[in-house]
Amino acid sequence: MATKTVNVSKPYTWSEKIYLLAIVQGLLITLKHFINGFFLRKHNTIMYPEVRREYSDRFRGAHFISIDRNKTENCTACYLCQTVCPAECITIVAGERESAHNPDGVKKEKQPVKFDIDALRCCFCGFCEEACPKDAIKLSGKYEMAITSREEAKYDLVYLKREVKGRG
Amino acid sequence: MTLFDFIQLFAKIAVVLGFALTSVPFLVWFERRGSAWMQGRVGPNRVGPFGLLQSVADVLKLFTKESFIPGHVNKFFYVLAPVIALAAPVGALMVIPFGSHVIVFGQKIVLQIAEIDSGLIFLLAFAGLEVYPVILGGWASHNKYTVLGSLRGSSQMVSYEISMGMSILSMLIIYGTFNLQEMVFWQSEKIFGFIPYWGVVVNPIGALIFFIAIFAETNRLPFDLPEGDSEIVGGYHIEYGAMKFGMFFLAEYVAMVMASALISTMFFGGFGLLPGFASLVEFVGTFTSGSPETVQNIQAVFEFVSLLLKVGFFLFVFVWVRWTLPRFRFDQLMDLGWKILFPLSFVNLIVIILVSHFFVK
Repeated sequence: MATKTVNVSKPYTWSEKIYLLAIVQGLLITLKHFINGFFLRKHNTIMYPEVRREYSDRFRGAHFISIDRNKTENCTACYLCQTVCPAECITIVAGERESAHNPDGVKKEKQPVKFDIDALRCCFCGFCEEACPKDAIKLSGKYEMAITSREEAKYDLVYLKREVKGRG
Repeated sequence: MTLFDFIQLFAKIAVVLGFALTSVPFLVWFERRGSAWMQGRVGPNRVGPFGLLQSVADVLKLFTKESFIPGHVNKFFYVLAPVIALAAPVGALMVIPFGSHVIVFGQKIVLQIAEIDSGLIFLLAFAGLEVYPVILGGWASHNKYTVLGSLRGSSQMVSYEISMGMSILSMLIIYGTFNLQEMVFWQSEKIFGFIPYWGVVVNPIGALIFFIAIFAETNRLPFDLPEGDSEIVGGYHIEYGAMKFGMFFLAEYVAMVMASALISTMFFGGFGLLPGFASLVEFVGTFTSGSPETVQNIQAVFEFVSLLLKVGFFLFVFVWVRWTLPRFRFDQLMDLGWKILFPLSFVNLIVIILVSHFFVK
């Protein structure tokens, strides 16, 4: 079948050519925005450090490891998150939990001796969160992750076990 | 020159320079916050109330910076350029009348610094000097970008000066005088008792051409070709730093004030009272002794306020247009200047000449 070419461009009309009407229309639009900003105080931006945006609960921010009522981490060092992680940013060293530190009995026999997350490698996909059978590793709503050195990007167990209310 | 003459001259210079220069920080603030409001942002609001001291902070920063002169520049012209940039619009402001006259100690003081009959020519001469800082600054900097910027700037300003001159000529034929004070008095009448007989009513096409040309003359958007962040970095003032850059910056805004004052004087009745102000003068006059001198002084104050309001409106329009229109490409700019505005202003001038010769006695 032969393709038919159609030219849809139209020549400018006389009123479009002198631009002035379009300029007036544009000026009226900016005047409307000016009145909105100046008199009605409507802005699309916010005063950031004082005012913060509300993010969805599904937002995936800085990691944390949930803790139980005894402040013991829920993690049992099963390596599932480390295995599933596509960025290979999780490094776990497993160890045995001493019974003295195991108030919930046989539930948590293993514990992570080291649990490092390299936040610079992490792509915040949330696979670790899905893989975790104990709901231990989670991604919080914290989005201010600016750092001044590379070392600070390595989240260790102390940082991960911080108390996070809700989704943080 | 008596002592009284000297003092009144000094007072007038202080008023004009004071208003022109102190309006600049406010204008810069308004440009930044106004653009923010037009774009749905908040704008600078941290320094001082409503961010009003932001420009003060900026100027303080410029003052405390090292006044550095690059080694490869032509020092004399390099330093001269920002001086001319600031002096030219300030000099042009000297002939703008900002009121009819006041009577102090029985002496009549005309509210215009330089009362010269060739006021408009004087003003045009100084406004025309605004091309020089662009050329000198660009050429003396010995930098490819600055030369390109100054080439673009000077060709733009020279091209638009022609259509600007044509529209001014048409107004000169209508007014029949170079004296700006007389121009304002010419515009003080009313058509049918309520429409002000302003230059814009008499010669709307001339006013439009003048208005467009003045944007190109002051290098404001949409005609800010001498500067271009994407292709020639900062334009003619890349090599300038600290307060020498500050002077270019200041000059741009003083030129805006001058252009607004010129357009309100030539086309919008100048210091002529705004509609409704005449009754206000009478109203205030009833609270005083009512002597002709007091009434005249009150009227002069309201005339000054009228001019300020008109100039303020045009300054707002300058900012408003800047944040509405995208900039022109250089060939489009030249097309507009030479192929549209120049013939249009020429035809307009001839029509005005014919009409004033055959129909107006």
